[in-house]
Amino acid sequence: MRQEWNGFNPGSWISDINVRSFIQHNYTPYEGDESFLVGPTKRTTKLWEDVSDLMKEETKKGIIDAETSVPSTITAFGPGYLDKDNEIIVGFQTDKPLKRGIMPNGGIRVVKKALESYGYTLDQKTEEIYTSNRKTHNDGVFDAYTDAMRKARHSGIITGLPDAYGRGRIIGDYRRVALYGVDRLIEDRLDQKKLLEKSTLGSPDIRLREELSEQISALKELKTMAASYGFDISVPAKNSVEATQWTYFAYLAAIKEQDGAAMSLGRVTTFLDIYYERDLKNGLITEEELQEIMDQFVMKLRMVRFLRTPEYNDLFSGDPTWVTEAIGGMGLDGRTLVTKSSFRVLHTLYNLGPAPEPNLTVLWSNNLPDGFKKFCSKVSIDTSSIQYENDDIMRDVWGDDYGIACCVSAMRIGKQMQFFGARANLAKALLYAINGGKDEKSGEQIGPMFAPITGDYLDYDEVISKFDQVLDWLSELYINTLNVIHYMHDKYNYEKLQMALHDVEILRTEACGIAGLSVVADSLSAIKHAKVKVIRDENGLAVDYEIEGDYPAFGNNDDRVDQIAIDVTANFMQKLRKANTYRNAMATLSVLTITSNVVYGKKTGSTPDGRKKGEPFAPGANPMHGRDKNGAIASMASVAKLPYKEAEDGISYTFSIVPKALGKDNEERIENLKGLLDGYFHSNGHHINVNVFDRETLMDAMEHPEKYPQLTIRVSGYAVNFVKLNREQQLDVIHRTFHER
Amino acid sequence: MSVIGRIHSLESFGTLDGPGIRFVVFMQGCPLRCQFCHNPDTWEVNAGTKYTVEELVNEIVKYKSYMEFSGGGVTFTGGEPLLQAEFILEVVKEIKKMGISVALDTSGFVWNRHVEEVLEYTDLVLLDIKNFDPLVYKTVTGVNLSPTLKFLEYLRDKGINTWVRYVLVPNLTDNYDKIEELSAHLDNYPNVSKIEILGFHKMGEFKWQELGLDYKLADTVEPTKEELLRVKEILERNGKVVSLNK
Repeated sequence: MRQEWNGFNPGSWISDINVRSFIQHNYTPYEGDESFLVGPTKRTTKLWEDVSDLMKEETKKGIIDAETSVPSTITAFGPGYLDKDNEIIVGFQTDKPLKRGIMPNGGIRVVKKALESYGYTLDQKTEEIYTSNRKTHNDGVFDAYTDAMRKARHSGIITGLPDAYGRGRIIGDYRRVALYGVDRLIEDRLDQKKLLEKSTLGSPDIRLREELSEQISALKELKTMAASYGFDISVPAKNSVEATQWTYFAYLAAIKEQDGAAMSLGRVTTFLDIYYERDLKNGLITEEELQEIMDQFVMKLRMVRFLRTPEYNDLFSGDPTWVTEAIGGMGLDGRTLVTKSSFRVLHTLYNLGPAPEPNLTVLWSNNLPDGFKKFCSKVSIDTSSIQYENDDIMRDVWGDDYGIACCVSAMRIGKQMQFFGARANLAKALLYAINGGKDEKSGEQIGPMFAPITGDYLDYDEVISKFDQVLDWLSELYINTLNVIHYMHDKYNYEKLQMALHDVEILRTEACGIAGLSVVADSLSAIKHAKVKVIRDENGLAVDYEIEGDYPAFGNNDDRVDQIAIDVTANFMQKLRKANTYRNAMATLSVLTITSNVVYGKKTGSTPDGRKKGEPFAPGANPMHGRDKNGAIASMASVAKLPYKEAEDGISYTFSIVPKALGKDNEERIENLKGLLDGYFHSNGHHINVNVFDRETLMDAMEHPEKYPQLTIRVSGYAVNFVKLNREQQLDVIHRTFHER
Repeated sequence: MSVIGRIHSLESFGTLDGPGIRFVVFMQGCPLRCQFCHNPDTWEVNAGTKYTVEELVNEIVKYKSYMEFSGGGVTFTGGEPLLQAEFILEVVKEIKKMGISVALDTSGFVWNRHVEEVLEYTDLVLLDIKNFDPLVYKTVTGVNLSPTLKFLEYLRDKGINTWVRYVLVPNLTDNYDKIEELSAHLDNYPNVSKIEILGFHKMGEFKWQELGLDYKLADTVEPTKEELLRVKEILERNGKVVSLNK
């Protein structure tokens, strides 16, 4: 064994690249409470003050600084520091903290526009290179898009597509760098490449050989980057601080190379805990020092920045980066994967204060140790900064070494990636069913031309049958569009570093999504259980609806409508499964909107559920605002019925409650929130964002943002600084259902 | 048997009426006319939504796992739930079979054989004692105090776990001498495991207006922290656990 591994239990991880094996043979489950945790060191506090000052300045100016000429690469910039003497973990994306780099491989126009929106000008030479000499992903996509794709994109029935920016949602196994050192990873790639010296090379082999070469060059660059900070990461990390630093370097290289929408971290804390425990046991380090490493690592993760356009910010508001870290969960052998470091990483929310990033995601199981469950509940009540996902249902599908990309997308670390596909607007699709494929806002024929519904009142069976036809068309068009995008992304904007930290043989998913599920369910419920009268304009286009009578609405734990939501989801998924995907990816589905529920609503006319033109959808899988009338659990119980097997890319639910409604005192609140989470996940709920605060706090923060620089709230699948949302989105959050009885 | 219940509303996530997460059934109808009532819309006996026993049981069962994980259960409140004791009896018989814990939030005013039987299935009674002075009690509620005290005696005889609730309303129920008497009285009741003090609030005032009722407490203020603590101190004198719900 290598000397860096002294004290570790051997296993198949020694001969193979297999981090899970290393974890399983070496980690120490922790079943106690949070009493061992310690506060921040002086160095941490000092450093965080500097960072906070920078962030305040950033909030004022929009961005601190931006690069205007040198495209970002792993080695594009020399070492950057904030306060070298106080930094335990080092490394920035550019030469200065919070300065945003440019990554024109995704598309040069987006870079130019983004720079201009903040008052910067793209260097002419750089622009020329990416216009005349180097084709981008964006160019490739638009070369291949069909008319139908352009129309669907333009009308907003499919939106948020990663056709002009990095697709993201790929998680490198950044732990491999710490465990094995880069040289071993390069060797492995060279071996794999040798295997591809076959007598006949088909195009998949050729593509793979090229990709492996790209990966090797990325790994070499990674070493160079680390060397510029004075570290030799060609060999394994030998202690706590090195393991954390090596892991961070690997992640840093990924975010210097790619600016995908979500650049998630994976599942590193329990891995790191093995080094922390070993050093603790050998008396080489103290709890204070370990917490200092964790605090400083998290501080760096809070400083990840990408340059975005205003349009992008409308969709994904608040400058999110989705540095998602999956925490806790259970192992396949029944031991918990909670370690002391699971506590330490959550404790950063106290040592540094609440924050939206990293996107701390607790993998909840009914079998988690009680001490950890209580601590999580306490942290949620105090900070509203964490989200929870159902480990019991995901472990069945993905094993016990998966992470979460972005908000809710589970993937086995280093063994799986996804082709991110944003989402289709199902509420609009329903309106197309009524209007014979014409857009309800423009009157333009977007979908296939078929007979519109002409009756005064909507008939359930007729609507369902036409809706089904629209979904047939939409699912095919959607998958084809994604195929074009991901073909071009692989070609012009390949994630060479991240893919170097994957196995060669991986599972790819084509991750589709839907928006407006509760609008559709309620609309169909209204048509079925009440009477819905159609209001048409002078051209015969259905533009509004009048509802006569009451209908059961999604969010009241009422099967009459909840079943409709289930059926719509399953039906659309079934159609997606039939389509041919790029690189034989497995089609999956998410019910997730991020903050785009506001934009989607804007682009969608009045719907038969009584929602008026332009009004926001509910986020993710949430019931529509104010229609859930039987209290918090009835609402979440409806969402929990949506079947994970039909939406394996995740089902997002955002829950907001005032502290008083959780219980009379803090102890009761912790117990009740814990019970609530146990009940929800036991009922097969997949994901929940938990917000605990008063509406008044948010209203005050709208008026006096300077008082709340760290006020963090969970929106669909991620967290944001409330004060960074635009006014429209702030109001949307405030208008959402708050459970307050 | 096809008893029909009249229900004002259901709350799937109650945390204030008993331990853990409670499924709260607000029963329609009340014989009391408490001046500080925040649900006067539950008074009318003939209003509410009709439920069969089966319908309500089916609704409750949906939330069983939440109750189990949190150590909660079902709470019947109202209104005065025991006005519909016959209906509740049929419901609790079913849900007790499934191991669901039952709490009753009652004034203890109603007494009949159905009530007696319901109590056999009851794990916890939240007994509202609106005042310990019979005259004040009558003023506050419109009815007599004695049935409530007899009810409490019965709970002691049967050893049924009881939390006593007291609503503190300035200038109405802040007769401290009688609160002291109540405290001493409760010392004789080992089944009373907890006393909850609820501070008066006006969140129900709009309902009085909607119903065209004359709200006598429009000018009454909420009790101060000091007043609440004073009552807490008195009720704690005999070693009972006292909680403040502000």
